[in-house]
Amino acid sequence: MDYTFQFGVIAKHLPYLIGGAWLSLLLAFLAFWAGAVIGLLGAMGKTFGGRVLYRVIDVYVVFFTNTPALVQIYVIFYGLPDLGIVLSPFNSVLLGLTLNCGAYLTEIQRAGFQSVRREELEAAETLGMSLWQTVRYVIAPHIAKTLYAPLSNFYIWIVLGSSMAGIFAVEELTGRAINVSSSTFRTIEVFTYTAGIYVVLTVVASALLALIGRHAFRVKARIF
Amino acid sequence: MIERIVDEIPRFFTWYNTIFFLQAMGVTLALTLIGCGLGSIFGFALVYGRQTRGRLFTPVRVLIVGYVEIFRRIPFLVLLFIVLFTTEGFGVRVSFFGIALIAICVISTAYISEIIRAGFEAIHRNQWDAAEAMNFGRVATLRYVIMPQAWKVILPPAFAYFVMFIKDTALASQMGVLELTRVAKIFNDRGYSAFLTFGTCLLLYFILSYPLTRFGQRLERRLASSRNR
Amino acid sequence: MPHLEIADLSASYEKGVDVLSGIDLQVERGEILSLIGPSGSGKSTLLRVIVGLLPPDSGRMVVDGTPVNFHDKRSLRDLRGRCAIVFQQYNLFQNMNVMRNVTIAPTKIKKRAAASVRAEAEALLEKVGLGDKHDAYPDELSGGQQQRVAIARALALKPEILLLDEVTSALDPELVNEVLDAVRVLAGEGMTMVVVSHEMGFVREVSTRVAMMDEGRIVETGTPEEIFDRPSAGRTRDFVAKILRG
Ligand SMILES: Nc1ncnc2c1ncn2[C@@H]1O[C@H](COP(=O)(O)OP(=O)(O)O)[C@@H](O)[C@H]1O
Ligand SMILES: [Mg+2]
Repeated sequence: MDYTFQFGVIAKHLPYLIGGAWLSLLLAFLAFWAGAVIGLLGAMGKTFGGRVLYRVIDVYVVFFTNTPALVQIYVIFYGLPDLGIVLSPFNSVLLGLTLNCGAYLTEIQRAGFQSVRREELEAAETLGMSLWQTVRYVIAPHIAKTLYAPLSNFYIWIVLGSSMAGIFAVEELTGRAINVSSSTFRTIEVFTYTAGIYVVLTVVASALLALIGRHAFRVKARIF
Repeated sequence: MIERIVDEIPRFFTWYNTIFFLQAMGVTLALTLIGCGLGSIFGFALVYGRQTRGRLFTPVRVLIVGYVEIFRRIPFLVLLFIVLFTTEGFGVRVSFFGIALIAICVISTAYISEIIRAGFEAIHRNQWDAAEAMNFGRVATLRYVIMPQAWKVILPPAFAYFVMFIKDTALASQMGVLELTRVAKIFNDRGYSAFLTFGTCLLLYFILSYPLTRFGQRLERRLASSRNR
Repeated sequence: MPHLEIADLSASYEKGVDVLSGIDLQVERGEILSLIGPSGSGKSTLLRVIVGLLPPDSGRMVVDGTPVNFHDKRSLRDLRGRCAIVFQQYNLFQNMNVMRNVTIAPTKIKKRAAASVRAEAEALLEKVGLGDKHDAYPDELSGGQQQRVAIARALALKPEILLLDEVTSALDPELVNEVLDAVRVLAGEGMTMVVVSHEMGFVREVSTRVAMMDEGRIVETGTPEEIFDRPSAGRTRDFVAKILRG
C-alpha cells in the first residue's frame, strides 16, 4: 500500500466543490423542468393527438430513451458546429439532458394520463367542462398524485446524470472535482468528497420532495 | 455537411473499421452482461443479509442498508473515477475493462438488491408465515416458496435495469475502455465528422437497446397476466 | 403433566402495546380447547406465539415437559416439529398444486421418502374429501376446499398438537359443515387441539374445555356447559349472549 490518505488537504477545496454543486443543481433543475414541459406536451400529443402526431412523438421518445445521453451530447457539442450552431459546453449538456428528460417524462406522464379513469372523464364531460378545465381540475391533480413517486425518482436520476457535464469541462461538481484532482493529485480524497456531496444533495432532495409530496399531494413518500 | 458525410462514408465503413465497431459493441454488451450479472448475485446476497434477525446481525444490516442507500446516490461517472484512482493509488493493476466492470458491479448490486427486495415484499406475508411455521429454513423458504413466486415480479424491472445500463456503460469510455462510445470518439478525433461517427454509434446502441426494451415490455405483460406458478 | 402449558405470557407486535398479557393456559393430552372471544381479542396472536411465529415478551411456555426457548433455533425447530397450524387465511403456497402443498414439508424439510409421504397425502386428501383435486392450484379452489387442503397439509406433518384458527369464518355457510366434519373426525382420534371458532354449536359439541379471551387476556375458562350456560364473568355473558342471538 503506497497511498497515504490526506483528507485534510482537500478540505480547503470544499467550498470550491460545493460551489460546483450549485451548478449541478441548476443544471438538473433546468433540464428537469424544461423536460417536464416537453414531456407534458408529448404526453398530451400522444394521448389526444392524431395518428401522425403519435408516431412523431413516439420516434422522438424511442430514440432518446434507447441511446446514451452522453453520445447525444457529443453529437450536439461536436456535430452542431458543422451546421453553424455553436453552443457552449454548458448549453450543449443542458440541451442534451433536456431532450432526454423530455423523452422519459413523456412516457412517465403518459402513464399518468392513462391511469385517469374513463368514468372521471365522462363525469367531467357531463359537468360540461372544457378540455382545459378537465385537464386543470380532473387530470392534473390525479396525475400529480400517481406520478409523484416516479417523478421524484427521476429528479434524483437527473441530478446524478448532470455529472456528465464534467466531461465537457463544465465547472459543476464533477468538473470541479476533476480540476482539483489534477491540481492536487489527491485523487481518491477529492472524488470521495465529491461522492459524499452527491449523496448529501440527493438525500436533501429526496427529503424535500417527500415533504412536498406529503403536504401538497398527501403522498406517503419514503425518503430512504 | 451532407456532402462531407457522403464523401467520408466509403472511407469510414471499411472492413477494418466495421470490425472495430462490432468489437466495441461486444465490449459494451459484455460490460453490461457481466457487470449486471454479478450485480444480481451480490444484490441477492445483500437482500439475504438484510433479512437476518437478531441483535447479533445488526451491524450487517446497517452496513447493507448504508451500502444500498449510498451507492444509489453516487453518479456512475464519479464512481468510475473512484475505482480508477483507488486501484491506482494502492498499486493494484487492473485493466480499464476491469475498472469499469467493478464500478458497474458496485452500482448494479445496490440497485438490483432494491429490485429483489421489492419483489420479495410483494409476496404476501402469509406465505412466509406458513413456511416458517412448517420449519422451513431461510434457504428452503426462498427456494421453494418465495423465489418461484417473486421472480415474476423481479424479472421485468431487473431486465429494464440491465437494458438501461447498456446506455450507462457509455461513461466507461472516459476510463479508456474500447467500447462503442470510445471507438466513436476515436474516429471523431481522427477527423471524421461527428454526425457520422456518433450517429453510427447512436445507431448501434439503438440496435442493442431497442429490441431488448421491446422484449422486456412483452415479458412484463406476459408475466403480469400469468398466474402464480 | 399438561401437554401444553403457558404461564404468565405477554406478547406484542410493537414495543409497549401488549396484545397478549398474563396468559395462563394448560392443555392436557388429547384435550380440545376452544378459544372464543371478540375479534381483536388476541386469539390468532396466541396461536402465533404457540407455533413460535411471534416470540413473547415475557412468560413461559412448556411443551410436553420441555420449556421452549423462543430465541433458540433448535428449540423452535423442535416446537414446530410438534405443532401444526391451520391459518385463518389458509396460507396455502400459491405456486404449488394441492399435492405439493401437502407433501413439500415432509419431503423437503423432514426429508422423508417421497413414496410413503405421497401415499399418506393421498389418504389425507381423501379424508378431507379432496381425493380428486391433487393437481389443482389454490387459486382454482373454493375457500372451503383450500381450507381443507390446509388441514391436510397440517396433518401431513403428523403434529402432536394441532392449532386451528377460525377454520370456518372465511367460508360460505354451506361450506362450513364440510370443514367441521373433517375436524370432528380428528377430534375422535384423540389429537390435542387448540381451536379458535365462532361456531358455538360446534365448539359446544367437540371441545373439552373453552377459554374466553378479551383484550389480550383469558377472562374465563371452563367446560362448554359452564361457559355457555352459566358464564360467571360479565364479559363472557355479553359475548355468549351476542353470539347466541346471532
Ligand atoms: N401483524 C400485526 N401487527 C400489529 N398488530 C397486530 C398484528 N396482528 C394483529 N394485531 C393486533 O393485535 C390484536 C389482536 O389481534 P388478533 O390476534 O388477530 O385477534 P383475533 O384473532 O382475536 O381477532 C388486534 O388489536 C390487532 O389489531
Ligand atoms: Mg384471528
